[in-house]
Amino acid sequence: MSVRVQQQDFDISAEIAAMRRGNPKIGAIASFVGVVRDVNDGDSVATMTLEHYPGMTEKSISDIMGQARGRWEVLDALVIHRVGTLKPTDQIVLVIVASAHRGDAFAACEFIMDYLKTRAPFWKKEITPQGGRWVDARASDDKAAERWKT
Amino acid sequence: MITLLYFARLREALGTGREQLALPDGVTTLAALRAHLARRGDAWAKEMAEGRNLRAAVNQVVVAADAPVADGDEVAFFPPVTGG
Repeated sequence: MSVRVQQQDFDISAEIAAMRRGNPKIGAIASFVGVVRDVNDGDSVATMTLEHYPGMTEKSISDIMGQARGRWEVLDALVIHRVGTLKPTDQIVLVIVASAHRGDAFAACEFIMDYLKTRAPFWKKEITPQGGRWVDARASDDKAAERWKT
Repeated sequence: MITLLYFARLREALGTGREQLALPDGVTTLAALRAHLARRGDAWAKEMAEGRNLRAAVNQVVVAADAPVADGDEVAFFPPVTGG
């Protein structure tokens, strides 16, 4: 299980290969990559800057991964989240979950992403033709996280 | 002394991201600390007002308004998160 908050880009195939290496118990790997879009709320986005809370951000993601491990059979997991200035088409977040079977891998990957979006301290500021604006939290993200409570 | 941290939109509105503060007498909870900061007026009054949708963490754990605050704590205020 590891968490990395970093400015530099990541390589999903290298990360999956590293996770698989030497672990013959792994039968399923689910992954998610979040990418910067060029339009948000109807405005074109030139760049975005991601701010985080060093220390707490890593801790909160580790806590989320621990919860996933408590609910599903997770053999290994990795979260990489980028910070700093990003532009459309850039990768922003990576979640990889390895399990014995696909059901656990899929569910844990989606759970980690839903909780990360609503609990991990990151904030996006978009630069649009109208200037800079902080992105508002979305009710749909809260709803997505809520469904795991049942 | 406590360390206060402000992030994102809040950091910009207040014009500072970090400060040290001697806890005033009688300020023992997060809600009381927020009310104390709001009494600074101007942007502080606006941003720390009760109706503003702010989150807070004490020692890097998100807590509710009635959470205790004590000398040596790191207290952070921030808007709802928008990562991922």
